[in-house]
Amino acid sequence: MHNSSKAALQDPLWVRYGLMTLALLVVGLFLCLPLASIFLQAFAKGWQTYAEQISTPDALSAIRLTLLVSAISLPLSVVFGVSAAWAIARFDFPGKGLFTTLIDLPFSVSPVTAGLLFVLLFGAHGWFGEWLQAHDIKIIFAVPGIVFATLFITCPFVARELIPLMQEMGSEEEEAALSMGAGPWTMFWRVTLPNIKWGLLYGVVLCNARAMGEFGAVSVVSGHIAGLTNTLPLHVEATYNEYNAVGAFAAASLLTVLAVVTLVVKSYLEWQQQRNRQHN
Amino acid sequence: MSKTNILPGFRPALGFSLLYLSLVVLIPLSTLVFKILQPDAHLSWAGYLDIIGNERVQASFRVSFVAALLAALIALVLGFVLAWVLVRYRLPARRFFDALIDLPFALPTAVAGIVLASLYAPNGLLGEPINHLLGIKIAFKPAGIVVALIFIGLPFIVRTIEPVLQEIDPSMEEAASSMGASRWQIFRYIIFPNVLPAAITGFGMAFARGVGEYGSVIFIAGNLPYVSEIVPLLIITKLEQYDYSGATALALTMLVVSFVLLLIINLIQLTLLRRTEQPSSPSGTATSNP
Repeated sequence: MHNSSKAALQDPLWVRYGLMTLALLVVGLFLCLPLASIFLQAFAKGWQTYAEQISTPDALSAIRLTLLVSAISLPLSVVFGVSAAWAIARFDFPGKGLFTTLIDLPFSVSPVTAGLLFVLLFGAHGWFGEWLQAHDIKIIFAVPGIVFATLFITCPFVARELIPLMQEMGSEEEEAALSMGAGPWTMFWRVTLPNIKWGLLYGVVLCNARAMGEFGAVSVVSGHIAGLTNTLPLHVEATYNEYNAVGAFAAASLLTVLAVVTLVVKSYLEWQQQRNRQHN
Repeated sequence: MSKTNILPGFRPALGFSLLYLSLVVLIPLSTLVFKILQPDAHLSWAGYLDIIGNERVQASFRVSFVAALLAALIALVLGFVLAWVLVRYRLPARRFFDALIDLPFALPTAVAGIVLASLYAPNGLLGEPINHLLGIKIAFKPAGIVVALIFIGLPFIVRTIEPVLQEIDPSMEEAASSMGASRWQIFRYIIFPNVLPAAITGFGMAFARGVGEYGSVIFIAGNLPYVSEIVPLLIITKLEQYDYSGATALALTMLVVSFVLLLIINLIQLTLLRRTEQPSSPSGTATSNP
């Protein structure tokens, strides 16, 4: 009797081994293999070719553009995320639920649709098309369009990480700081920011990975002008479609390093959070 | 507000975030609706029906939704197994595997697209043995779309199921087993109902993401009209032909259909949550156990 009740708490041996094998197969063939394959194909013709492929003028300009777009959109997304989280997690106001839902909206819109929106707004036949043309301002098929599409896509990332974190933390420490005479900014820099820094960092890392890696939305608004409006992911596509596999995977390997760094930072932060929880 | 809130910065924080959200998300999204409502636009209701009724358009909707549905279902099964193994078994290098699950989140879709296409190509590392053993081709066929969407959807499933599995109270299982329940009964009547709402959420997220997915699909799909052409690609094709009304009609339809599907999934989840909350009373447990 005792034995059988214990057996009911554990999967039978064959189930355990079966599921374990299946899980290892999925992780191995579906996740590890693609990851390794990117680098194998990037270095298929040796270091020399790899170095040449990531330093062609088109590749370099793609890298520059990707860094520029991320440098513009990341700070904006962070300021938005922090202020939205502050309003939602610290105050009650009518329409709060709706506001929270709207922040997540970009997640449920196809990237291609996101790009289309900005074409409809700023394109030659768009709402502001004529006005922009008259004033000789280019947004679509130029860098500003790419930035707009990236801002749309990355909008939810920081807020989403911060809102649950700040709600869970509560506002006692902030109220204590205020009652001891701290000004609003002192409270924010000395109390709020240190408390949310890990969640914020994680949000920033995720946001950055998406900003640098976004493909569909940027593809619609960029115009694919090599050397001018191709971001790194678009450069990957262009070289791949020219049957330059090594070039495509070399450029892809840079983005993959970014993804791996993102994963490492994420698991480090999770590990640290777990440790903090055990300490408390 | 029940108690007075002394915290500063409500107006600037809400004001800025509302302004930002309007400029970046809401006003752009509203163009989609206005494009349809504009009385002088080329896009009347009849014109809209004309675009959507087109055979190639309907085929692309079928491809997108069927592939996303199939992929989300397969990802649901595989994702549940992964979550189960990660939570319940002592796996060597568990932390490494756990971190790797998020790879499809972090990897740019274009990169995922070209590597999956090269692996599953007829002469690829996986494509060749699969074709040899099973006689099926994956890349440049509709099956390729499903493979790409499973890859994209997998982390959604694992990440929604994993925390629920961790939170299931072991004492519930112990109580059931001491009353003589078999392993299968414990799974069927304790674990399964607890995990189901989360599984449905994960499924919905994977499905919604799959319907709109572009980057990881186009390289592996073959993009043959009527056969393996997805809606997002058709939107881009229409845009390249300066057919803005056509592109808008497709985008809006896709948006509405996904919203309705997500709404249905949310409703199912709500009813399930209500049902699992009820049996917490002692009489409820008895009736839920046939």
